[in-house]
Amino acid sequence: MVKKNWWKIVSLLLLIYTVVGGFLMDVPKLFILNETIRNLYFHVSMWFVMMILFGVSVVYSIKYLRGFNLRNDIYAVNYAAVGSFLGILGYTTGTIWANYTWVTDQSQTLGSILKEPKLIGAAIALLIYGAYFVLRGSFTDMDKRARISAVYNIFAFAMLFPSIWIIPRLVGSLHPGAPGSDSGNPALNFKDIDSRLRMVFYPAIIGWTLLAVWIATLKIRIQLLKDKSLLNE
Amino acid sequence: MLSTQKILALFKKDVLLEFRQKHTFYGILLYIASTVFVLYLSMDNPELNVWNALFWVIQLFICVNAVAKSFLQESKGRMLYFYSISSPVEFIVAKILYNLLLMVLMSLLSLFLFSVFMGNPVNNTWKFAGIVLIGGASISMVFSIMSAIAAKAQQNAALVAILGFPVILPLLMLLMRLSKAAFNEVFKDGALFELIGLIAGLDVLIILLAIILFPYLWKD
Repeated sequence: MVKKNWWKIVSLLLLIYTVVGGFLMDVPKLFILNETIRNLYFHVSMWFVMMILFGVSVVYSIKYLRGFNLRNDIYAVNYAAVGSFLGILGYTTGTIWANYTWVTDQSQTLGSILKEPKLIGAAIALLIYGAYFVLRGSFTDMDKRARISAVYNIFAFAMLFPSIWIIPRLVGSLHPGAPGSDSGNPALNFKDIDSRLRMVFYPAIIGWTLLAVWIATLKIRIQLLKDKSLLNE
Repeated sequence: MLSTQKILALFKKDVLLEFRQKHTFYGILLYIASTVFVLYLSMDNPELNVWNALFWVIQLFICVNAVAKSFLQESKGRMLYFYSISSPVEFIVAKILYNLLLMVLMSLLSLFLFSVFMGNPVNNTWKFAGIVLIGGASISMVFSIMSAIAAKAQQNAALVAILGFPVILPLLMLLMRLSKAAFNEVFKDGALFELIGLIAGLDVLIILLAIILFPYLWKD
């Protein structure tokens, strides 16, 4: 566990900068997007951090299988839980964004929005982690629960990867980054993201990541205290 | 280390078991026949996209029914016996092979029944049969592992569906897209091979993960 607290202060400062700078600083005026582009700092960051936390969760699952230390299982499950929460926040911020661009300005129907490959990929992610928690709930034996759910976590993450990173690149999409549009990786490509956006976007990702890790560590610490008698160390 | 002989013996055991306990095998056959018949009664000659969607959804449910029991049927004592005579990798490879064979048979059978009852909108039957083979094999591999996980949770087959459906979705999306190639939809140059390559890559990934992860599931 990280005992130092400088990174918590960094997280706070970066997020204050994100919110203040995100709403006040100059952004490029684009057709349809207009000022909604500021949502980039919130919506895209949520997905970024979700994927990072799922990745961390898988790493701890692998670590669990290597040493069977229950501590790693607690880490894995809490990172997955916070990741899922961020996924829900990503949907929420996405809904707001879609409301002002796809619905009002492009007059897309709900049907075409729900068929968005990125939305489907994200839904698969949330379903997979939902199943992960259901699986955990069906065990009474702690060690067995940790072992089996670690296996599922690793396997599911490997299957999740193409649905989020590959399939949306193959099929048509309303999101940037689909084939046919000239952008590659949306918001990451140096050529298509405006430098004014980058000024806030990169600090925003770091800030949100640190905040999410902070939340996760708090949850982990509570869990570790609860299970103190079970963790023989 | 890996012995082909042991894998074949375990594989043969599963096939023999299927022949001895014919009721499960016929159960699945009846399941396919009655589902297709229900579909036939509710709609005959559906349009292309509907046909395609129905076909793959039915494949999914057949797989849940056919493959899910492969681990659930093994009793604790029998697992202990396997534990003493073979390595986990041999065991999972034999199981996957057997499920693959079962699912490929069932897929081809349901393709036949579909084209008899629901009309045949497929332009290129051989191509589609090939896609069905790849699809059935991929789905069966994923569900073999899900079944192994669910068996450890000592739960019913419902858990297989809960665990497996989100995991199978990306694969199923790719398969549905690929099968449009057999409906004479024109693909971009190279897009077809890209799709096949992606599915094959996923299959290899599934097998590798199964071999790496199964030893952890197996010990109790």
